[in-house]
Amino acid sequence: MRRNYISLKGGWDIKMIGLNIVLVIGMLTCLYPLIWLVLFSLKDNNEIFGGNIAGLPTQFLWENYKEALIQAKVGVYFTNSVFVTAITIAATCFLSLTSSYAIIRMRWKLSKVTLNLLLLGLMVPQHAALLPLFIILKKLSILDSYWALIIPYTLFAIPMGVFIFSGFMKGIPRELEEAACIDGCNIYQILFQIVLPLVAPALATIAIFTYLSSWNELMFAVTFINSSSLKTITVGIQTMVGQYSTSWGPIGAGLVVTTLPTILIYTFLSGQVQKSLIVGAVKG
Amino acid sequence: MDKVLGDRRAIALFVLPTLILFAAIIAVPILLSGYYSLLDWDGIGEGTFVGLQNYANLLFQNTDGFGKSVVNSIILLLLSVFVQLPIALALALILARGIKGEVLYRTVYFIPVIMSTVVIGQLWLKIYNADYGLLNAMLGSIGLDSWKSDWLGDTSKALLAAFVPILWQYTGYHMLLMYASAKSVSEEIYEAARIDGATGITSALKITIPLIKPMIEVCIIFAVIGSLKIFDLIYVLTRGGPLHATEVPSTLMYKSIFDQYQYGYGSSIAIFIIAECIIFTLILQRAFKSE
Repeated sequence: MRRNYISLKGGWDIKMIGLNIVLVIGMLTCLYPLIWLVLFSLKDNNEIFGGNIAGLPTQFLWENYKEALIQAKVGVYFTNSVFVTAITIAATCFLSLTSSYAIIRMRWKLSKVTLNLLLLGLMVPQHAALLPLFIILKKLSILDSYWALIIPYTLFAIPMGVFIFSGFMKGIPRELEEAACIDGCNIYQILFQIVLPLVAPALATIAIFTYLSSWNELMFAVTFINSSSLKTITVGIQTMVGQYSTSWGPIGAGLVVTTLPTILIYTFLSGQVQKSLIVGAVKG
Repeated sequence: MDKVLGDRRAIALFVLPTLILFAAIIAVPILLSGYYSLLDWDGIGEGTFVGLQNYANLLFQNTDGFGKSVVNSIILLLLSVFVQLPIALALALILARGIKGEVLYRTVYFIPVIMSTVVIGQLWLKIYNADYGLLNAMLGSIGLDSWKSDWLGDTSKALLAAFVPILWQYTGYHMLLMYASAKSVSEEIYEAARIDGATGITSALKITIPLIKPMIEVCIIFAVIGSLKIFDLIYVLTRGGPLHATEVPSTLMYKSIFDQYQYGYGSSIAIFIIAECIIFTLILQRAFKSE
């Protein structure tokens, strides 16, 4: 399609330049607030409040990061988030894999009903379950523990996992499984040794999707966790802002640290990340 | 093979853990929400059954800004559909037709989408800060001192100010969805159009937009539902203040339950939000189908 915009002489025409200006403005709008964030995370209050709001720091104050990670406990919150997110991803992938396989390939009466029930979960807003879940978790005495986040995160991620896996599995020919069966594999070997490698691309999509939803989640985290030592990063940052309201540097450092893993994942897997979110929309 | 695939023990092992947890964490809580909404309950002891009293209070008494919160969410909805989506569509159409740096632009536009709403909210709190914020500093530096403002603290500006970060965060998402859809339009169709003399804007309006209509409809539904249940960003930016200027139903629900211990009343707001989402989705789906 490129040639569409390139004039006969091979140069750029006016329209092309106009379009590029629009796109560059859009790009700067996306990036500038983030650059500004990184800059003020390296400044001290004198500089921020003394007029140098937008410029480069006169000296790079890496102490802000130390302050955020250690004194403000962002390091602890970060570790909690890594733990909660990792278990959530693993549990979501495992449970979605086993239930999708049973629903799509195995033979039992209620498989269709089960699939529709789980897919209905895609429509449920978290708000709807917030208070009852709070009461249930309290009765089970797991409120204010990692499980109070891992279990709900996993369950709210499973409908998407089942949606993606079941769509993917339908497209895999049955011959490999049949051959494995003739060779004497049992159902568990078939699933984990034959099918699992075949659905690896879907697994990556689900893992990214689950990462984003649990790493960034706020409503459950703010409600179900009380102890400062168990807080995940989203709530932790909220707490930290309360304590450090007047010193922007460490807050900025905390925000940068929160975003860093996501940006790293995105740097290496940007195509895959974009694809995950497109797949997630196709359900609509 | 049939015997292996009909293994009841394996089926139970594969499905039951998910189903039991799904019932306990999603299905039962939703039914419970419906039940709680019929109670007058402060969370301590037993609640008293009051029938539809909470809904009556919600819809007719309107003492706590519920009406305002619904209006605000509708304003956000309209802004999302009529401001955000056209911008996203325009960017998607430009990018999909092939332009130098296509991948770079797409990649950058998508960065805000994957960031945590808490980070985005905190960042915009700093941008909007009345004394030291970036926005006022920029206005000052180009001589527009009179435009400086306490963006989130002024009741007449707060809602619009809260919409800008939403726009900033989600435009890239809608752009990507429409872009992916436009990219899947076959090259031959454009080729045929070009032979008939349609290029640039004509071909985008007459060919691409009609062909990606299903995806535009998905985006509209996403934008509508997203606005009706928005919580995170408002909670971080203003918690619904000042004076309910940015209140939305979900922040009101949260405050009723966890600040005022009105479990029954809060649950009726939760049910209202779900009902609103379902009704809007059904209406839109019907409207799109009948076209």
